[in-house]
Amino acid sequence: MSRTVETEFPTVDMMLNMGPQHPSTHGVFRIVVTVDGERIVDCEPYIGYLHRGVEKLCENYGYRQVIPLFDRLDYLSAFNSEHTLVMAVEKLMGIQVPERAEYVRVALNELNRIASHFLFYGTFGMEAGALTPFLYGFIARERIQQIFEAVGGGRLTHNFMRVGGIKYDVPADFKERVLELLPYLEQGLSDCVNLLSENEIFLARTRGISPMSAEDAIDFGLSGPVLRASGVAVDLRRYDPYSIYDRFEFEIPVGANGDTYDRYVIRVEEVNQSLRIIRQALEQMPDGPTIGNAPRVIRPPAGEVYVRTECPRGDFGVYLVSKGGPMPYRLKIRAPSFCNLMALRQMLQGTYVADSVMILGSLDIVLGEVDR
Amino acid sequence: MDIAGVYLDPVVISIIGVILILSFVLLTVLFLTYLERKVMGHIQMRLGPMRVGFHGALQAPADAIKLLVKEDLIPATADNWVFRFAPYVVFAPVLLVFMAVPFARDWVVANLDLGLFYIVAVPGLAIVGLFMAGWASNNKYALLGAVRCVAQMVSYELPLVIAILGVAMLAESLSLSEIVKKQDVFPFILVQPIAFVIYIVASLAELNRTPFDIPVAESEVIGGPHIEYSGMRWGTFYLAEYGNAFAIAAICATVFLGGWQGPGLHPFVWFMIKTYIIVFLIFWLRATLPRLRVDQLMGFAWKALLPLSFLNLLLTAMFVLYGWLVFAIAIVVSIAAIVLGYAIWRSRQTSRQASFVRPATVLLIEAAGGDGQ
Repeated sequence: MSRTVETEFPTVDMMLNMGPQHPSTHGVFRIVVTVDGERIVDCEPYIGYLHRGVEKLCENYGYRQVIPLFDRLDYLSAFNSEHTLVMAVEKLMGIQVPERAEYVRVALNELNRIASHFLFYGTFGMEAGALTPFLYGFIARERIQQIFEAVGGGRLTHNFMRVGGIKYDVPADFKERVLELLPYLEQGLSDCVNLLSENEIFLARTRGISPMSAEDAIDFGLSGPVLRASGVAVDLRRYDPYSIYDRFEFEIPVGANGDTYDRYVIRVEEVNQSLRIIRQALEQMPDGPTIGNAPRVIRPPAGEVYVRTECPRGDFGVYLVSKGGPMPYRLKIRAPSFCNLMALRQMLQGTYVADSVMILGSLDIVLGEVDR
Repeated sequence: MDIAGVYLDPVVISIIGVILILSFVLLTVLFLTYLERKVMGHIQMRLGPMRVGFHGALQAPADAIKLLVKEDLIPATADNWVFRFAPYVVFAPVLLVFMAVPFARDWVVANLDLGLFYIVAVPGLAIVGLFMAGWASNNKYALLGAVRCVAQMVSYELPLVIAILGVAMLAESLSLSEIVKKQDVFPFILVQPIAFVIYIVASLAELNRTPFDIPVAESEVIGGPHIEYSGMRWGTFYLAEYGNAFAIAAICATVFLGGWQGPGLHPFVWFMIKTYIIVFLIFWLRATLPRLRVDQLMGFAWKALLPLSFLNLLLTAMFVLYGWLVFAIAIVVSIAAIVLGYAIWRSRQTSRQASFVRPATVLLIEAAGGDGQ
């Protein structure tokens, strides 16, 4: 990989190993970058340090036991992953989910999206070298975690969705608590934006850094905020509505340049849209049962189904093949982080070492999902 | 020399002074680490250290003890001698700087005629130590950090010196005591605001502190030259960093804020108040700002700070030669020039931004458009 430049002073590129213990690789991710001084000539990402064989594990567990495994994929948005799985099973079995359960699911999904984006905001600020955004992001996220704790008992891995509905009804004061939380989150978001978004140094660090054209973004199979930052208005909640997302009014923020700044600002704007959705969901939420008539032992009929949802990180898909048994015959997970990571090599080429952590941060990967 | 009627040999006085300075610097550093954690904690809506002692007041000694008893690891591949020696090369200049700082009227260990020159020149020696650390660690991150460090410190020395020259011209002396005495009517910050800003910015870069903490950026080069150090060797770097921060603030207070001059209180108290205002400013910036990139940092030094410091020098020269009227006119003209220059720069920024965007390809796919992604 070493390249010698024929100049007066011959220089040799340096191989720099980043990770798996590097603080800015969001877990156990490793990139070997070839640097020419401060510029990145090439990079080689290595994944698999967190591989637990979740897809194979799923084949040996009953459907109910698979749900906790999905919590551990994208551990920053566990509700969204769980939701995708139970939707796949429900679709295969043709189970109708009660209205109230759907609304609770949507509210929790969107809360989880906000929590995930706040964490992104914090870590992204950290990578830019600002120490305070990290705390600001976590303070707002903590309030959401408290709601989750009240709802399902868990803070990170909830195991709350069930085939046919949710585990049990949310606490009686759920609506009040969330409505109380929303203005706080809005305030938190505007604090965050005031702190970082208009900062001249932050703009210099993010504007125009590794832009991604819409064609490239589609070719790489990017999804989620990374795709929308490039100007492609695909949000599965609108483009391929699932659950009850067709009942809500919200906008899809789209970026213009597809650079690091757009990838950041899209997520900030998405928080606003999620707040809108939560507000509508809480208004419309009916009373009633929270779990449909799912059988005690879940045996979907033989067949296959593919379900995808819009997770905070992008297009999360579950391909489920059933042979009629109590366990999945094959369960393939399309992890958005994994697919988005594919573009990293092109994004990093020609950038500075300092930018590499920002670009990686702007992809917002979760290694639990990349490695599965 | 007579002190309180007792004759003391100058050598004895210097030794006493050195011991006083050493203990003062060490205690100050201990306090600064605590202060920084408290200040940053409250900016970040948390409490900072609270466990050891009253409101965590003993946290700093506890940390120091922990560092002292920690194992001193030296990597097998490191250049042993250079690796061991580097922290002291970084720390020594800090002490040297304090020798020339007038803490109050006649409270100065060495009243140098070239004091201003000395306090700017001596911290430059620390670069050697940091590069030694980076090189001897035999670690790529350390090397990268060390290279950044040298480039940055050498670049920022220039605007710093030129900014401070304006003060020397006004005071007509390079002696720090003389400069302080000249500020008995008004501090020089009122007539040298540009120099003050340049000095603060450039010295932040000298200190490797946010937003110029590029050589030690933990998210990129994981501490840079310090990466392989542990125990008290690392602690020595830490001492040097905070000692330097205090030195920079003390110099700033001396040169721009009138040093120990002030009504009512004891001169030393005034000096400390002014110094801690600057220290707080440094901590505040650290808690607020993100980090620049290497090339932006260099561009900022050579394209913005250096011309600005030359402009300041020119304005000061006009003031010294022609007096207030011409100075006022020159100030107005140069402010207009700076604003114009900034506007042109911004417009060029945006136009370059626009050309960067490839032809708009916003694909608005209809919801009914099916699966054709």
